[in-house]
Amino acid sequence: MNAPAPTGLLAELTHRCPLACPYCSNPLDLIAAARELDTESWARVFREAADLGVLQTHLSGGEPASRRDLEALVASARDAGLYTNLITSGIGLTRDRLARLRNAGLDHVQLSLQDVDAASSDTIGGYAGFQRKRDVAAWTVELGLAFTLNAPLHRANVHNAARFIELALELGAGRIEIAHVQYYGWALANRAALMPTREQLDATVDVVADARTRLAGQLVIDFVLPDYYADAPKPCMGGWGREVIVVTPDGRAMPCHAAANIPSLTFENVRDASLARIWNDSAAFNAYRGTAWMKEPCRGCPQAEIDWGGCRCQALALAGDPAAADPACSLSSAHGRMGELALAEATTAPPPYRYRRFEK
Amino acid sequence: MTIPRFKPGVRLHRDRVRDRWVLLAPERVVGLDDIAYAILEKVDGSASLDEIATSLAAEYDADAGEIATDASVLLADLAARGYVAA
Ligand code: SF4
Ligand code: SF4
Repeated sequence: MNAPAPTGLLAELTHRCPLACPYCSNPLDLIAAARELDTESWARVFREAADLGVLQTHLSGGEPASRRDLEALVASARDAGLYTNLITSGIGLTRDRLARLRNAGLDHVQLSLQDVDAASSDTIGGYAGFQRKRDVAAWTVELGLAFTLNAPLHRANVHNAARFIELALELGAGRIEIAHVQYYGWALANRAALMPTREQLDATVDVVADARTRLAGQLVIDFVLPDYYADAPKPCMGGWGREVIVVTPDGRAMPCHAAANIPSLTFENVRDASLARIWNDSAAFNAYRGTAWMKEPCRGCPQAEIDWGGCRCQALALAGDPAAADPACSLSSAHGRMGELALAEATTAPPPYRYRRFEK
Repeated sequence: MTIPRFKPGVRLHRDRVRDRWVLLAPERVVGLDDIAYAILEKVDGSASLDEIATSLAAEYDADAGEIATDASVLLADLAARGYVAA
């Protein structure tokens, strides 16, 4: 198949993380440190990605600062010609380390806050890190690095969307990402504790619309809506095997960070094959690329090349078939059930969190 | 006198695979045509809009006024999208 050139590489450097966020999208089966790719392998992955057309890499995890070689990894990604985004909880960063990362060529720091105050933030994250996060924000700005505040919204903090925006301004962020939690991995296991109501969601839509007008040119606001109350799916990952390559801590290359949930797929490892070969020729990347795999109602749908049928993992989870239309689509036979499920969970007392931790 | 500069984390990059120039920014890639690239290549945090237009006019043997208009439209657009401060 003729594959388009990818633009993004999501490099999941490690699953180690001091935090334990119940909304984490990592898989339940976390990868142990001993299985992580080494520095040199990542450097090769970055070069191969750049040769394929990738322009930006997202250094993520887990907590990427848990890797002692993070400075070397940033330097090798920059050497390869990639724009480097660090997706971090802030824990594991000091001012000195941030300065070293900047000198290694880091372009952008994306710092997550679990809520707008310490007590709630630390409860959600399962770690007393709020003050350190504020320090990391200040150092990032002081060092002249681009700074985005990440605000993952769910039931416990969904009423704080406006305060997150105020906090982003106060901390000197150039951008905020307000993202309703997507239900993969640990977030799926915690869905009943995380699901907001429709009214809570609608209120955040208004807050964002107002702030976007008010703060145009001052603060870039990206907003991710939740699928469960949607009527049309998102083009998940920009379409399967079209824009993004995910590489897991142990080297498996996947079209989406949740793709491992689809049991019919096997993923090749960058230890065994080049990224170009995996991207162009592997069965997993070709499984849902383009439109040939689609069934009714996606087949022949005018949206087919716009949303690419939405998310395959969600189709599997809620419609029982990874080649079905994303249940977020109003044409999906599972669409009604998805909304009912969300409503039922959102209006029942939340169960306790199952914190994201290595369980074995 | 406006002196345009890129905001933190915004830089020009040669996209060799697609044979074009792009502006890279946090979570964004902006494809550039030749004119946009020629203008942005002169944004160094010290040259003013007028100076940029004058030097481009000389290089391309074009009208400085027209170039200044093109440049200010482009930079205003990029400023509204958070890439440039003026
Ligand atoms: S979401 Fe929380 S637990 Fe998961 S990697 Fe990020 S900081 Fe760690
Ligand atoms: S039917 Fe399929 S392609 Fe059409 S809008 Fe729904 S998910 Fe998208």
